[in-house]
Amino acid sequence: MTDHGNGNGDAPRKVAIICSKGSLDMAYPGLILANAARMMGIDAVLFFTFWGMDVIHDKRVDKLHTGIVGNPATHMPAMVAGLPGMEGLATKMMKKKIDELDIPTVREMIEILDDAGAEIYGCQMAAEMMDIDKKDLLPQVREIITAMDFFDKSEGAQTIFI
Amino acid sequence: MGTTRIAGQEIEVNKDGFMSNPDQWSPEIAAELAREAGIDPLTDKHWQVIDFCRRDAADKGEAPGVRRITKNAGVSMKEMYQLFPRGPGILSAKISGLTKPKGCI
Repeated sequence: MTDHGNGNGDAPRKVAIICSKGSLDMAYPGLILANAARMMGIDAVLFFTFWGMDVIHDKRVDKLHTGIVGNPATHMPAMVAGLPGMEGLATKMMKKKIDELDIPTVREMIEILDDAGAEIYGCQMAAEMMDIDKKDLLPQVREIITAMDFFDKSEGAQTIFI
Repeated sequence: MGTTRIAGQEIEVNKDGFMSNPDQWSPEIAAELAREAGIDPLTDKHWQVIDFCRRDAADKGEAPGVRRITKNAGVSMKEMYQLFPRGPGILSAKISGLTKPKGCI
């Protein structure tokens, strides 16, 4: 028996994370969790779908915004959150904080995950709906796959939907 | 909290199996902890990481995370995973006689 040092005996632990959101604040949770998994020796598969395609899109990844409308946790009256410029301001504030805390940018996080051996995939149906081609995506994206492919690749994994 | 025998010595460990007293650490203990994690032998690159982790922890009071190590110890992210294939985040600290890093990156 090989002990992988992860409390799972001879079977290596694995996590599959479905990233379906395209805002700056919702891009990070999946990326941070996948990276934490790899740092502990847990295999990680990331499947980006629908709005999550922006996170792996070469021209969009650096322009993700913090969503504030309809989010009560901003502690801001809904009307104020909807005013022009508010979303830009919230995005700027969040990016400043990310930088201060030395948290990698989303693009860097994807590079780190690739270096760490995490598998990154895009969703075929979302790509078709949004006219996205493999060449539009970051080079770290291994393939565009179907939902059924995702189940093959995530066999035995703990699955997280974000 | 308990003790375990590593490299012929009684060593204090916490519930996760990390050494709880970094002063009990020695290079021999590092070599044995590395063997348990499938790393044998420890190379110069490993020592570069371990030396940084020990220095940084002595200074900051906690084990550095992988990002901090790659930014300061002269090893790349890819190398960290080649050096510690079963998990650089926990193994760099464990082999250095430190507890699990507290940060998320």
